[in-house]
Amino acid sequence: MSFLTRWWKPKEPAPSTAPVARERLQVLLSHERGATGQSNLLGLIKEDVLAAIKRHISVPSEAVHVKVERRKAISTMRISLDLPK
Amino acid sequence: MSKVIVITSGKGGVGKTTSTAALGSALALQGKSVVVVDFDVGLRNLDLIMGAERRVVYDLINVTQNQAKLHQALIRDKRVENLWLLPASQTRDKDALNEKGLARLMKELRAQFDYVVCDSPAGIERGAILAMRHADEAVIVTNPEVSSVRDSDRIIGLLDSKTERAEKGAKVEKHLLITRYDQARAGRGDMLKIDDVMEILLVPLLGVIPESEQVLRASNIGQPVTLANPLSAPARAYGDAARRLLGESVMMNVPHERQNLIARIFGGRAA
Repeated sequence: MSFLTRWWKPKEPAPSTAPVARERLQVLLSHERGATGQSNLLGLIKEDVLAAIKRHISVPSEAVHVKVERRKAISTMRISLDLPK
Repeated sequence: MSKVIVITSGKGGVGKTTSTAALGSALALQGKSVVVVDFDVGLRNLDLIMGAERRVVYDLINVTQNQAKLHQALIRDKRVENLWLLPASQTRDKDALNEKGLARLMKELRAQFDYVVCDSPAGIERGAILAMRHADEAVIVTNPEVSSVRDSDRIIGLLDSKTERAEKGAKVEKHLLITRYDQARAGRGDMLKIDDVMEILLVPLLGVIPESEQVLRASNIGQPVTLANPLSAPARAYGDAARRLLGESVMMNVPHERQNLIARIFGGRAA
């Protein structure tokens, strides 16, 4: 039977990649818009919040996840931290 | 009232020249007098896409430097009566384009045509800035892909700062044209969706051009896709986009190729 299950194993669908692209772009562009003189309120807030956190605990930058959602009327930013135990 | 529209993107290879030719000819088919202007000095290609490469005598640089009159450089399209091409120079570089001569030329073009459609070179250097300089409106051509979206964002910033309109405190009206869109891949979550791109760039949508083999087929034979195969999906999408540019409200949908019964049964792709 094992050779059969090896053949017939249903293919797992590849995880979708578009949401990753979307999130990477949102974070990147909120940063770049500041560097090129476009409106970058969110980017500035992000920097300030991160600086405040780093004054109290030292976290590596890969432990910080920033998610920015831009909509026509409002934008939201979520910053999550992996806190060391 | 005549309008100057720049077709721009930042990134190369996303479909600026294809879109210039297709939108320009679609506007002309709607009865407007149109000139498509190639700003890609040194790397001209609009002549090739329009099928006029063997008719180029004088070019944009000759006119801006007073070496030729505008009417000597304009090439009339052989298929659509009220469509004209002003080719770029192939042997010069972008520094040969001077601002004064260009301003004079744009004034002359405005007086003569309803629509002046400018095909921008890729990049954010002088050539791209000059192409957008006199624009009233901009079509930002974007592929649903991270590098193209990032570069479009950069171009939007330049449209808001480096154009004549921006310097006068006015706005260049911006339109987003998503090209090479594949509905099936977006549906599977493998390609940015139209809403994603719009939400990131915050520019109103002019149209969505589906990925299609018709685009390459049209460029092979030197015809804008709107003329080569008017019933094909990209041609219909460009036609809709052109009508929206004219101010018509056209329902937004992504045209797809019509498959005939045999192709459907055998799972083949529509021609």
